[in-house]
Amino acid sequence: MTLSILIWLPLVVALLGVILGGRIAPKLTVLGTLVTLGIAISFVVRFKSGEEGLQFVTDEAWISELGISYKLGVDGLNVVLILLAAFLFSLSAIFAAMREWERPSLFFFWFGVAQTAVLGAFVAQDLILFVAFFDLMLIPFYFLTGIWGSGDRETRVRGTQKLVIYTLVGSLLMLVAAIATGVLAAEQHDTDITYSISALQQLPLSDGSQNWIFLCFAAAFLVKMPAFPLHGWLPDGYKAMPLPALGVFSGVLSKVAAYGFLRIVLPVFPDASVHFQELLLLIALGSILYGSVMAFSAQNVRMVVAFSSVAQMGFITLGIFALNEDGVQGALLQMVNHGLVTVPLFFIVGLLAARAGGSEEIRDLGGIAFRAPVLATLFLIVSLATLAMPGSANFAGEFLILLGVFRAKVAFAFFASIGVALAAVYALRAFIKAMHNRVNPGVDSREVSFRDLAVLVPSVIVILALALYPQFGLEKTETTAKETVAQVQAKTGQLTADKTSEEHQP
Amino acid sequence: MTSALVTAAARAPHIDWAGLSPLVALAVGGVLVLLIGIFLGRSARNVTPLLAIVALAASLGLSVWQFGESKSIVSGALAIDDLTLTLNFVLCATGIAAVLLSWRSRAASVAGHAEYYALLLLSLLGMLVLVGAENLVTLFVGFELLSIPLYVLCAAEFRREGSLESGLKYLIVGSVGSATLLYGLALLYGATGSTDFAGINEALRDGEIAGDVLLLSGVGLTLVGLAFKASVAPFHQWTPDVYQGAPTPITAFMAVATKVAAFGVLLRLFDVALPSISPDWGPAVAALAAITIIVGNVGALGQSSLKRMLAFSGVAQAGYLLAGVVVGTQLGAKATVFYLVVYAAMNIAAFAVVIARERASIWGDEISAFAGLGRAQPLLAWPLTIAMLGLAGIPVTAGFIGKFYLIDALVSGDYAWLAIVLVIGSMISLGYYLRVIAAMWMSEPEAASAAPAAAAPTVAGAPGAPPIMAGGSQEADELVDGVQPEVLGVAWLATAVILFFGIIPQPLFELAGKAGESLVGIF
Repeated sequence: MTLSILIWLPLVVALLGVILGGRIAPKLTVLGTLVTLGIAISFVVRFKSGEEGLQFVTDEAWISELGISYKLGVDGLNVVLILLAAFLFSLSAIFAAMREWERPSLFFFWFGVAQTAVLGAFVAQDLILFVAFFDLMLIPFYFLTGIWGSGDRETRVRGTQKLVIYTLVGSLLMLVAAIATGVLAAEQHDTDITYSISALQQLPLSDGSQNWIFLCFAAAFLVKMPAFPLHGWLPDGYKAMPLPALGVFSGVLSKVAAYGFLRIVLPVFPDASVHFQELLLLIALGSILYGSVMAFSAQNVRMVVAFSSVAQMGFITLGIFALNEDGVQGALLQMVNHGLVTVPLFFIVGLLAARAGGSEEIRDLGGIAFRAPVLATLFLIVSLATLAMPGSANFAGEFLILLGVFRAKVAFAFFASIGVALAAVYALRAFIKAMHNRVNPGVDSREVSFRDLAVLVPSVIVILALALYPQFGLEKTETTAKETVAQVQAKTGQLTADKTSEEHQP
Repeated sequence: MTSALVTAAARAPHIDWAGLSPLVALAVGGVLVLLIGIFLGRSARNVTPLLAIVALAASLGLSVWQFGESKSIVSGALAIDDLTLTLNFVLCATGIAAVLLSWRSRAASVAGHAEYYALLLLSLLGMLVLVGAENLVTLFVGFELLSIPLYVLCAAEFRREGSLESGLKYLIVGSVGSATLLYGLALLYGATGSTDFAGINEALRDGEIAGDVLLLSGVGLTLVGLAFKASVAPFHQWTPDVYQGAPTPITAFMAVATKVAAFGVLLRLFDVALPSISPDWGPAVAALAAITIIVGNVGALGQSSLKRMLAFSGVAQAGYLLAGVVVGTQLGAKATVFYLVVYAAMNIAAFAVVIARERASIWGDEISAFAGLGRAQPLLAWPLTIAMLGLAGIPVTAGFIGKFYLIDALVSGDYAWLAIVLVIGSMISLGYYLRVIAAMWMSEPEAASAAPAAAAPTVAGAPGAPPIMAGGSQEADELVDGVQPEVLGVAWLATAVILFFGIIPQPLFELAGKAGESLVGIF
């Protein structure tokens, strides 16, 4: 079974859904995502941890004139992320299938396209193929938000327009950068042009070209995450997006950006990564603090979750640009953790809104825990995971990240730890205001139905399971994480060694 | 008497009829359509377009037959090589699309079916001559043969003010362009002493007359003359007005075929006749390309008429294409040819939908006519959506691959800054392409937009009434319900091409590669 089946199956199912019509499409999509999940699990099971290099490789010429190949493969970086994506898409599909949508077959068509694009971006091993999937990812969300989003038409269209333009600007810069990488690598090393990522690693570019190319890639990824100064689309975009789409958008798409740093930027542009390390750490730190503060002051539950993801993505970036194995391992673990809490959180936002007459404002909520203890318990577990309670996998992830940063740049680690504390503040504030306090008169505190549990319980089980056994992800990613940072470390190793010796000498 | 004929025949150049056959098919087709149309009366309505399609298909078939040949015919006047023939595929395909789109249009019946289709064929013949021209004289003959029928066709609906205005504007601006071109060609001849592309190249090769004022002004004026036709900024001002006023099938034809022809000749002129002085024209053309990209994209942002918007988008796309010419390498030529094919498909799809809407909505080609189309007529909304995404350069459409190829050519030709301009242009373009998509999928139709003809307004400017602009066009006398199958067919066929080459671009790469390789003077 090849990776092609994994990535194209959702699209095929989506097309089938369009043909068969709106009554069958939701069920078909749920089934399709579950089958995809099964396939993803089979890949994870067959994956050999500890082996270097790519596994399950598909490599065909796509556009031979330009050296572009259709190359897919799995290694430690993406094996867990594929599983995460397949899992979250299944959850969101179930979530979406419970609701009524206008023109359902179209809705689930775009949903399927989104899944194909995301899985494609995760397994693509050719730079241009990656860029293509990365750009394609956006189009379904443009339609999902614009047609089925929340709010009135004006705000919806504005939100989706902003989202697309912001992210495509980044993506187009990345396209130029990607082409330049291939062309310049071929020129500087006098070889045939190739865009295969593993081949490009062997053809390092000169310093000057690395720097501007790095900035283009970083812009694309940071916008997508989004990171602090480039998050302008986030409030409008997140407010407008329908919740099931938002779940995968925040849970999976932002991970593609972080994954892009690990897959492309660190191995292919090691010099530039070292050169811009502090800039990126600064942006990460900015995201952590800004996201936490905004999440604390937001008056809308959805925005609390949205800004908490800015903070979380800040942590992930921080881990990546610690440029050592601990940081990268922690970042990978944290990607999975954050994805796992995001979808249930947005689902809970939906449940809360349903109980408060459609309002997501915090002041319209309150006192639900009394009548709905099961919901409150599940919400609490997810909240505790979000704030990285010791014992949760998020704790392990943040711990590793901070450990990595401590080793690389102590000052950044110090400020980042403030973010950990802030997370507790905003997560608990949202929980308490929504579930405890006085019962808001407008609130109809119902318990969760069994159908809703179908989404919540699996995700909570996975969160708990990962909390008990975070090694599951870590041992798969270990070898590749080492490989990823090997080149960068060869460069930072010297730098930090120089620095520490300087510091120790009086 | 006979002896005179014999001498004349002996002096006449050898004519390779096989090589000439694609042109002959068009010429004979044009004449036949005109002659037969006169005797037909009412049935001309259906017979002449059919004949025109037969002629176009014949030319297409003959081009396929001649493909792979590389020869210079009629004593070096015309090159029948892979570049000419590849572009002829595009031209004939566009011609067939234009005929199908015109079939039930008002323009054809007002102008007279026979004349209309005959002019269309003759204009195509001019384009084919232009892309094959290897000689300054042939170039100019082709240029005029292309232009004059188009002046008439723009004014085909001569009872409508907008159409007349469009024809007149095009005539005046086009004549200025022709005059400039002719002057430039004369100076080129004066400087180099040859009208032959190969001869010009020969004269320039030793570098003796490089930097000569006569030569440079000749090149400059020629460039300006061709830039008028290709609607390259700042010589594009006529484009929006003419596009908006002309009958929409003609607009589609102009937007696509004229551009193909203009860029075909630009490629050949610059890469066959003038490659050795590329340091002289390179920066100027690069600057033109950059200006065109920015002007076109910014201009399109504020348009509410889709035809005007597509006109500005066409200007921007001309900038992208010109960027491929600037590079002056075979890779650049290949990328330009590739993008021309893709561009043709995307515009045909978009214009087909515009025509369908114009025939069904009182809003004409205003963006409001497309509101809620995604729900009402998904079969029409999809082609336009995909065409817009393609023009914006989104993956899975051929537009992405086309832009990729252009950027690739620019970066490897040391024009990385132009690649950045191209990308910035694409970013701006999202602003207006997405607006069309948003109108189709994310808004409700304006009240009574699909109402029958009775609802057509009589008072311009009345609240809620659709605007009647001087240049606005109402395609049909009577609004029709439903979509005409041939229009839908054209739209979907073009869409299929966009998607097919977006996913499996290899065949088109091979075709464009062959076309590019026929420019043997450059690397």
